Amino acid sequence: MRLSFPQLLARIGFSALAAIIGILFALPLIWFIFAPFNARAELGIAIPDPWTLQNFLTVFGNGFAMRGLLNSLIQSVGGVILVAAAATLAAYALSRSSIPGKSIVTYVLLLFSSVVSGTAAMVPIFLIVSSVGLMDTHIAVILVFAGGLLPTAMFILRDFIDGIPKTYEESAMVAGASPVQAFFDVALPVIRPGIVVVVVWAFVNIWGSFLIPFILLRSDDLMPSSVAIYSFYSEAGTPIVTLLAAYSLIYSLPVVALYLFVSWKFGFRFFGGIKA
Amino acid sequence: MTKKRNFSLLSHRAGAAFLAPAAALVGVFVLLPFFWVIFVSFTNRTLLGKTALSPDFVGLQNYFQLFDPATFFTRGQFGFSLILTTQFVLLSALVGQALLGLLLAWLMQTIPPALKRIVETAVIAAWILPEVVIGFAWFAFLDYDNGTLNMILRGLGLPAGDFLLQQPFWVIVIFNTWRGAAFSMMLFNSAFASIPPSYFQAADVAGASSWQKFRDIGLPLIRGHVVTDLILITMWTFNVFTPFILTNGGPSYRTELLSIYNYRIAFREFDFGKGAAVGVIIMLINLIFALIYLSFGRKKAKAVEE
Repeated sequence: MRLSFPQLLARIGFSALAAIIGILFALPLIWFIFAPFNARAELGIAIPDPWTLQNFLTVFGNGFAMRGLLNSLIQSVGGVILVAAAATLAAYALSRSSIPGKSIVTYVLLLFSSVVSGTAAMVPIFLIVSSVGLMDTHIAVILVFAGGLLPTAMFILRDFIDGIPKTYEESAMVAGASPVQAFFDVALPVIRPGIVVVVVWAFVNIWGSFLIPFILLRSDDLMPSSVAIYSFYSEAGTPIVTLLAAYSLIYSLPVVALYLFVSWKFGFRFFGGIKA
Repeated sequence: MTKKRNFSLLSHRAGAAFLAPAAALVGVFVLLPFFWVIFVSFTNRTLLGKTALSPDFVGLQNYFQLFDPATFFTRGQFGFSLILTTQFVLLSALVGQALLGLLLAWLMQTIPPALKRIVETAVIAAWILPEVVIGFAWFAFLDYDNGTLNMILRGLGLPAGDFLLQQPFWVIVIFNTWRGAAFSMMLFNSAFASIPPSYFQAADVAGASSWQKFRDIGLPLIRGHVVTDLILITMWTFNVFTPFILTNGGPSYRTELLSIYNYRIAFREFDFGKGAAVGVIIMLINLIFALIYLSFGRKKAKAVEE
């Protein structure tokens, strides 16, 4: 179709407007392209001269910073395993058993999980965690994340399992499999793509989270990167810019990698649901 | 046939066993906190001292304190934070994120794919990166002496400013708009994609302008998505804690949103009773939004069935 002159003009105008908005969005992040590779980085944008990996070497040599990454990994992986396992089992039960009231359960849980969130939930959670003596442990952080993320994870997986025909498991059971065998050997492999979605979503959520570890942890050697990053501030509160920049980049890498993985595997639209 | 429909693969007992781990976790860390916080809000519980172990029942005293008309509107008090949060939600979510997301999604329909991918990447990067990283990026961006923003302003011959001190509220409004616009953009993007292209082609033949197509075809057909988007971003923005990373609630409480106020009362001043009362009010407001959202979702599901 040929475009008329005003249409062409409109299209150029649209492109220009989109480009301007894109630039405005990129502006606060451009600094991150240069500063990590600049041994004399400050808060302003400056092309590194020379480009160097010195900042990264310093970060790798900083035990506390590396410990933070390890702690983030422990908490994220722990939380992800718990969420994925518990949500898969629960979603399967909600989809395949005839427990009375099961259609209400998912809605009520979703309702509560969106109501009991953020700082408002931290007061009672803090009190519950400390009354069972789990204050300042990895386990506390993992359990609290798992509880909070489970309702949404169950919702996603239940939707997914409902879309799989029951005949898969039925034919396995006709062939003599027990319900548990039918779950592990037949249903689980078919559900796997749904579990991947939940795993990525839960990992990104826990890895980037600040508030929960910030409130539930006290010891320096348990802090995940999101809190440990504040060790790169001097006593007076001024940031050690070179290290912060390099560390931020390392800490962001898993999230970016997972994002690329998801948009390659599932396309763009899925990401609409990846962050609760 | 009826018999077949009732047949289930899992017995009640096996189903209950499959549900148990999730039920325990959600029960202890989602349901229990909801009731616990209501209980604590009627006590004078603190972190240390006598009232830490044996708090007294104080009735509605915490709530009376929050709604005390003498101090309600004072900076650093509950009412001030509540109003500030309302303005924050209106400006940064309902106006900022929703309108910008809508504009971006509409632009994406016509611009060349290569440009589309670049713009989308920038918008989504703002949304997926961890909040502490984003917070630090903005701290550098807004720095008075060297920050990118002031560098640009000076380059254009405009006056530079220390915006975190001079205009902290507008900073967090723009910050939150920037941070969250991606979600609205993606939601509206997939909503526009679900409209049959023939509708727009017919309008093109009739010589409609982009604005006319947007007003008469695009917007009316995605009305349901707009409502969904508005409710979701309102709930998220209402509970968001990320501005704390940028401003710490300051200077002098000028960016102390309800979530940050709640944090200060409970975990800086260790007044758990009062903090719990704030939490209860936040949760009640959340509950209203969640119920609206669920009833709206049900209505939509019913309309589809019919």
